[in-house]
Amino acid sequence: MLGLNKKDTTLLIIVAALTLLAPFILNPFPADSALAQFNAGYPDLMQRFVIFGIFAIGFNILFGLTGYLSFGHAAFLGVGSYSAVWMFKLLSMNVIPAIILSVIVAGLFALLIGFISLRRSGIYFSILTLAFAQMSFNLAYSVLTPITNGETGLQLTLNDPRILGVSATADGSIPVTNLFGIEMRGTYEMVAGPWSFQFNTGYYLCAIIMLLAFYLAVRIFRSPFGMMLRAIKSNNTRMSYTGLNARPYALAAFVISGMYAGLAGGLMASMDPLAGAERMQWTASGEVVLMTILGGAGTLIGPVLGAGFIKYFENIFSKINDNVLHSWFSFMPDGLEDAMVALVYPFIGKGWHLTLGILFMLVVIFLPGGLVEGGQRIMRAFKRRKPDETSSETTTEPAE
Amino acid sequence: MDAIILQILNGLDKGSAYALIALGLTLIFGTLGVVNFAHGALFMIGAFCAVTLSKILTLSFETVDETRTDFLGNPLKVKTPYVEAWFGPETGGMLIDWAVPLAILFSIPIMIGIGFIMERGLIKHFYKRPHADQILVTFGLAIVLQEVIKYFYGANPIPTPAPDALTGSFDFGVLLGFDPNAVIYPYWRLVYFVFAAIVIGAVFAFLQFTTFGMVVRAGMADRETVGLLGINIDRRFTIMFGIAAAVAGLAGVMYAPINSPNYHMGMDFLVLSFVVVVVGGMGSLPGAVLAGFLLGVLESFASMNEIKSIIPGIDQIIIYLVAIIILLTRPRGLMGRKGVMED
Amino acid sequence: MSKSNLTRRGLLKTSVVAGAGVALPTIFTASSAAAFTNEPTGGSVTLGFNVPQTGPYADEGADELRAYELAVEHLNGGGDGGMMNTFSSNALQGNGILGKKVEFVTGDTQTKSDAARASAKSMIEKDGAIMITGGSSSGVAVAVQGLCQEAGVIFMAGLTHSNDTTGKDKKANGFRHFFNAYMSGAALAPVLEKLYGSDRKAYHLTADYTWGWTQEESIVASTEALGWETVNTVKTPLAATDFSSYIAPVLNSGADVLVLNHYGGNMVNSLTNAVQFGLREKQVNGKNFEIVVPLYSRLMAKGAGENVKGIHGSTNWHWSLQDDASKAFVKSFGEKYGFPPSQAAHTVYCQTLLYADACERAGTFNPCGVAEALEGFEFDGLGNGKTLYRADDHQCFKDVLVVRGKENPTSEFDLLEVVEVTPAAQVTYEPDHPMFAGGNLGSCNAGA
Repeated sequence: MLGLNKKDTTLLIIVAALTLLAPFILNPFPADSALAQFNAGYPDLMQRFVIFGIFAIGFNILFGLTGYLSFGHAAFLGVGSYSAVWMFKLLSMNVIPAIILSVIVAGLFALLIGFISLRRSGIYFSILTLAFAQMSFNLAYSVLTPITNGETGLQLTLNDPRILGVSATADGSIPVTNLFGIEMRGTYEMVAGPWSFQFNTGYYLCAIIMLLAFYLAVRIFRSPFGMMLRAIKSNNTRMSYTGLNARPYALAAFVISGMYAGLAGGLMASMDPLAGAERMQWTASGEVVLMTILGGAGTLIGPVLGAGFIKYFENIFSKINDNVLHSWFSFMPDGLEDAMVALVYPFIGKGWHLTLGILFMLVVIFLPGGLVEGGQRIMRAFKRRKPDETSSETTTEPAE
Repeated sequence: MDAIILQILNGLDKGSAYALIALGLTLIFGTLGVVNFAHGALFMIGAFCAVTLSKILTLSFETVDETRTDFLGNPLKVKTPYVEAWFGPETGGMLIDWAVPLAILFSIPIMIGIGFIMERGLIKHFYKRPHADQILVTFGLAIVLQEVIKYFYGANPIPTPAPDALTGSFDFGVLLGFDPNAVIYPYWRLVYFVFAAIVIGAVFAFLQFTTFGMVVRAGMADRETVGLLGINIDRRFTIMFGIAAAVAGLAGVMYAPINSPNYHMGMDFLVLSFVVVVVGGMGSLPGAVLAGFLLGVLESFASMNEIKSIIPGIDQIIIYLVAIIILLTRPRGLMGRKGVMED
Repeated sequence: MSKSNLTRRGLLKTSVVAGAGVALPTIFTASSAAAFTNEPTGGSVTLGFNVPQTGPYADEGADELRAYELAVEHLNGGGDGGMMNTFSSNALQGNGILGKKVEFVTGDTQTKSDAARASAKSMIEKDGAIMITGGSSSGVAVAVQGLCQEAGVIFMAGLTHSNDTTGKDKKANGFRHFFNAYMSGAALAPVLEKLYGSDRKAYHLTADYTWGWTQEESIVASTEALGWETVNTVKTPLAATDFSSYIAPVLNSGADVLVLNHYGGNMVNSLTNAVQFGLREKQVNGKNFEIVVPLYSRLMAKGAGENVKGIHGSTNWHWSLQDDASKAFVKSFGEKYGFPPSQAAHTVYCQTLLYADACERAGTFNPCGVAEALEGFEFDGLGNGKTLYRADDHQCFKDVLVVRGKENPTSEFDLLEVVEVTPAAQVTYEPDHPMFAGGNLGSCNAGA
């Protein structure tokens, strides 16, 4: 189907089902229960899952296939966000032109940086990309403030000279981003017994775009071009001895992954029209590297899992405070309750970084292939128990 | 002219910190081939060794002074450090005052110990793993280390002053024939520079003039052959990791009086020190030191008003700009060897 | 398509009751059921406390969180009531807000605009927060204020000192109790004149981002009005940790005052470096060289240790104030946590009380009603003397403290002493003052 083999089609269908049903899957706990704290099915976080998924998928096209480790990918995401917000300010609140512009601008920026950085390989390449991204960040934060609005981040105002559309709505508010009139922030809420599920327009737009991006990534992975990229990773020297120049291929991969990052940036701005400079900082670049490795570099689904994992901890664990803990353990006797709270407290709320750091280490120590390998192991264990069942091989396949 | 001399001094001073961190990082890269993202955290832990020692020295018992009250109107509790009670206010006060230099002695065994534990307990298992995995695990470790420090010491910087005798500044200009007060420089920063020079010299001498160092250098060049000669290179590499950790830690201890340590100071230096190492060239110890001082001096010059007025914002990007220029003109940095970390 | 971006826990409860035992899902659009965003319908109301819990301002954020918890306790009738007893408005009964028990959720801004907005959004969308408050930097405050305006909830700013928060970037749904850079300048200038005379040459080091610029602008304007000359204004990168190369040129610039427009870690390091270079002992133009730190924070002053002694700056509030309200607040905070509150803790406590009081007086949680109740509200008894929440820009006008690093601190908290309480009239400006121009409150948004 769609030019994919059976295995990839299954994978695509699974991913599609997961993303489209995310509002149900991510809200497994009744809204009033203590465990509702762990529900992640609200629009903002769901949007972040898929947007960072796109970012990581794109990064993986470069890193997973060619092995070039870019440490400056956040710059493209940032540039994409800025272009999108400028488009909202100047042209219209429709998200389509904004997203298109952000992809184009990020692509051009990636072409420039990639052309220079790809003259070197290995860690020298990583440091070149890092240097470009840090320069962009530092300048965006300070001297480029007229374009980027510095520390605060570029945002919409009531005086934007919007060509197609109004500067302010009739009731004196800033208009909201939309897709031909359909507002991105619109949400349907469905209540089923004690559960509630939120269906957000913006999320579904992002989800559909992510599915397209994912499909495109599968096609790239399976194409002769993808094969060429793998060749760069496995043996660059041998490739050049056969008379092939690797650089145009690597550059193409770099630009494609830069455009993915720009797309993610554009979507982010479309969901919430503000572009902060921190999006370009090295920590943001590092984050996508971590997402990809954590999920499983070179696998198709891995980066998306990694992105979800990190964003989940950032948004859910940071919000658990000692009050919540006390309510969880309130069934225990007082002394025990306090002891439990004291024990768990360093790992939640302001300690969410600690939990994340520990999990990074555990995953990489025990699951060398990332979360995907964890999935495969579970799958294998499952299969051993039912040896007669004929199912397809594991859902993913590492590049190397 | 005096301004230029001052900036050269500043540059050498910043460069000392960069060079010390980069030196340790290169030892780990060069000997073990491990990308250690936790190296900044080791620098930070070094600084907190100084903080911890001064906390230990100021451990106090409380006596209630009925004549004075605290902010709630209760009788004030007066704290007296144990060391002052034991050794008398004179000697005790001096011990507390000299906490940072004393912390050098205190930190070396601690840092070497941390280095050993890190290498044997964690890094050892990652020699054959891809660099990406090394990055992930050491980055995770760096986060854990700094969060642990934050848990115990809080997020705010903690003042850790130099001994009173070394807090003033020195009229450097008079020596060079300038007017008095034209070129003055803080004593502690001069101490830092001299200290860095000694540590760097000691590391080089150790590698150059001892048999141990010779074997390690041979191992850096060709690990396999050295192993085939029946030399236990692994044990030596563990020791090198300990030394690298100690160098980073010492850089941190001595840095504490310059800027009050906080838990994220390691991350602030991490990216910079990677840039320094790569600009110096992978696997080259002299390259790392040279690049450290070079970038330090250039950074100082870039922050001069005369230069900032020509190119606004140059001080924000100078390091990265120089890194790009050097890497494009010299493919393996200043003194890098072929084939190290190039794929 | 419905136009709402919210969950409503309270609402859920009612629908659960209504649909008890009904297996079929009830589907409805949110807007049809509520008058405004996150209208509380159950027995409780949720406030969102959005503070930095990781990153360099984590300790400040932790202190804010303590004050919030204290405020919630007092609102719900617990504890000794703190400043509720001294507050000039008597609308608060200690039975929650409008009879509903106050609950809260917390989040981590990470001192990043993006993360702060994500956290605020999750409070609004997931937890049904009716008001967002907090923050420890102006960039974050402005970003979250914009979000709250769009979402239709009230934003009560925490520690934000930039002129822009209630100037260029002001919003109808956003309110600031904290003072701003202009007020710092206006309060400091007369004190500086008295101490250092009117013939001084000032050298500014300024953190290179929006807050730093507005502060530099304000201080330059107010000191030049005294007759001071500004020798140079130099921008320093936010990421800078070692300021030696920015301090060194000061030595021979002919300046005799150094103004450090830095905050947080920047301030600690630049001040430490300046003292290392012997600037305090220097004599220039026959005068003692002086250093000024326009915005002081006790928590940060602690990081600079001995170096703050004798250095002047301004602050919003300090625990050593002797009025009844400050004493009551210090007492209830100190007894609960064992140390005195910071100015960040004070401002967020006030903001919470002010919000609750406005709801009571308006008789509704509707943001537009609350905003109307806050606009032009005059009050006293929250530690800063008589205060006005000005309707034109949602900025509080109150006395500003000029403080100095204490020479002989009696405890680790006793770092600053109040030199002068500058009366509100002296720091008041016109709403269309050029430093605050260019913004527009817009109209209040109740969402839904």
